[in-house]
Amino acid sequence: MTFKPQTLDEALEKIEKVRRIRQGKFYLRDDTITMSHGSGGKAMHNLIDGLIGATFSNPILDRLDDAAVIPLGDQGQNGRLAFTTDSYVVSPLFFPGGDIGRLAIHGTINDLATAGAEPLALSVALILEEGLSMDLLRRVIDSLKSAADEAGVSIVTGDTKVVDRGSADQLFINTAGVGLIHRPGHLSTFHARSGDLVLINGPVGDHGIAVMMAREALELELDVVSDTAPLHSLAAALLDAVPEARCLKDPTRGGLATCLNEIAINSEVGIALTETAIPVSPQVRGACEILGIDPLTIANEGKLVAVIPAAAEAAALAALRGHPLGRQACTIGEVIGEPAGMVFLRTEIGGTRVLDMLVGDPLPRIC
Amino acid sequence: MKFVDEYRRNDLVRNLRGEIERLSASRRFNFMEVCGGHTHTIYKHGIEDILPPTIDLVHGPGCPVCVIPMGRLDDAIAIAHHPGVIFTTFGDMMRVPGSQGSLLDARARGADVRFIYSPLDALKIARENPRQEVVFFAIGFETTTPSTAITLLLARAEGLRNFSVFCNHVTIIPAMKAILDSPDLRLDGFIGPGHVSTIIGLRPYEFVARDYGKPVVISGFEPIDIIQGIYMILKQIDEGRCDIENQYGRVVRPEGNLKGLEVMRETMMLRPYFEWRGLGFISQSALKLRPEFAPWDAELKFEVPGLQVADPKACQCGEVLKGVIKPWECRVFGTACTPETPIGTCMVSSEGACAAYFNYGRFSLAAQRRQVHLNLDPGTGGS
Repeated sequence: MTFKPQTLDEALEKIEKVRRIRQGKFYLRDDTITMSHGSGGKAMHNLIDGLIGATFSNPILDRLDDAAVIPLGDQGQNGRLAFTTDSYVVSPLFFPGGDIGRLAIHGTINDLATAGAEPLALSVALILEEGLSMDLLRRVIDSLKSAADEAGVSIVTGDTKVVDRGSADQLFINTAGVGLIHRPGHLSTFHARSGDLVLINGPVGDHGIAVMMAREALELELDVVSDTAPLHSLAAALLDAVPEARCLKDPTRGGLATCLNEIAINSEVGIALTETAIPVSPQVRGACEILGIDPLTIANEGKLVAVIPAAAEAAALAALRGHPLGRQACTIGEVIGEPAGMVFLRTEIGGTRVLDMLVGDPLPRIC
Repeated sequence: MKFVDEYRRNDLVRNLRGEIERLSASRRFNFMEVCGGHTHTIYKHGIEDILPPTIDLVHGPGCPVCVIPMGRLDDAIAIAHHPGVIFTTFGDMMRVPGSQGSLLDARARGADVRFIYSPLDALKIARENPRQEVVFFAIGFETTTPSTAITLLLARAEGLRNFSVFCNHVTIIPAMKAILDSPDLRLDGFIGPGHVSTIIGLRPYEFVARDYGKPVVISGFEPIDIIQGIYMILKQIDEGRCDIENQYGRVVRPEGNLKGLEVMRETMMLRPYFEWRGLGFISQSALKLRPEFAPWDAELKFEVPGLQVADPKACQCGEVLKGVIKPWECRVFGTACTPETPIGTCMVSSEGACAAYFNYGRFSLAAQRRQVHLNLDPGTGGS
């Protein structure tokens, strides 16, 4: 076989072809579940889009929002219901700034908040491992209760199961929540438009680093606490000031990078971020430099990303900064028309790079 | 942040860029950054975007994860599946595929695979689990070798018999020589590996300038280190010099780390040859444990298949790694070989040269070729 090198144009054409075919489509190719399928990145999207979403497909699910939005009455004339569920398996159960109980309440409230809903009620289901200390369980239950009280939402139903020792890691929690959407319009990751701006309410990466420090016994002396917080009142303040907001999202697993890639793919737009505008605390930056991981792919539990029309920037920032959870709110980038489905980062030294979705777990690099 | 921000200053970048543009106006230059850490910085900060189009960076063989051949990875996975074994490894090794999947897949199938930050963590796990066998998957260039060596010395001193090392340490100089010996070499100079040089010093590179007439500038890992390294190579060429220079003087000493070299010599010796993914067999390019450390040598302790798994035929990773062809010139690039279905090592790791081109490089390429306007001018976003 004689070797004929392909030209640059041929190569670019091939890349474009592959990209068009796979744009917004995820394929499940794996034989077994690995930890990557739970990391919030590409593997998880492959699992959801390739198996779960494809099997259950219906108009409400297919929107792939963090909370399902169900019209009440034939045309939704009686308002709309937001409905969501999430499971919590964090280890260790207690970490600086939070614990599995607070996380389970905040995470579900935040999924409702990103739909623009006012949270109505929550469920809590517990899966307990044989041998779990009752004191520990009591601490988690107290924490669930105080987090729900602080957020002004009741836990109205629940379930408990006990499994054999080794079948669970101490305890797992599932919460579900319902909320009511009073406002007109639909917030969605499909709604970003060229010219819009991307805002965030504060520094990224705190939760993921706090948990990693507690989990890995890294012997780094760091004062990082989880940012876990309920975001519904912050979201409401923003939506009151900017009813025309396109999309709200909480960048949890997979971090800011994954969250913005989802918006870019679903809305068929590009997103250009300015690296120096993205707030990251010096402690988190330092930990990431040492560990060789990117703060933009690390989980947050109290961050709100908002895509809004550019004209509403001042009103949106004022509304966010007027709330205790939004004091450090800022604009981090803008939505561009082309190339669609991609997120770019203007780096601090003036270069440009593609900011991809997290692939697999954020594993530390050796080189 | 101190020791980071000053190496990312925009004004310094602009000054250096101006100088680089002036020195590279006359013709095209191909420079190889040997180290995977450099490749990472180049992509993370968009350095290729800042350089004038006359400068091409060729991503070299210095990513320790990418050069581990499939056969060795299969051996590692076989050890991990031995009953009672706790297999420990650095994080990014978990994802690299062998012929039957990765260590991450092995863990999903029941193997006890854990990622650690230092081989000393593996030693700690061995102390805490005296009834289990703890194996450390040692990989990396001279940068990581001394820490494996010290771990071995500690294990011996403590008489810790349930700990062993699966040694895959490689050495950078033979790989550079293999690249320099390639008949269709297109390189004009090397950005030398900073961390490796911390251990081995500057002297081992002298042959590159003396025998092959290529300048080497050992560089650090911050954006300005690399950009300044490129400027220093261009300046040498402009002044008609060909030397080994040290840009990374704040860390690299000319004589290297003598203590590190000593513990390496005490515990390890050269293998007659070793297979490199993409480059094939290179003589005297890797290390194994000395016979007196046999009780801690996982290759002797466990039965491993030890099979060689050939790189796929269609793959031209070797030529890409040597800078002979550009990633997009490979015959399977973009068709049979994509980041989702990689054939060769360069497409496997996201830092591999081909994956980087596929994922990141195409926009600047397309922009150069078709004058596509990317609306990415700074200043419109951010506050």
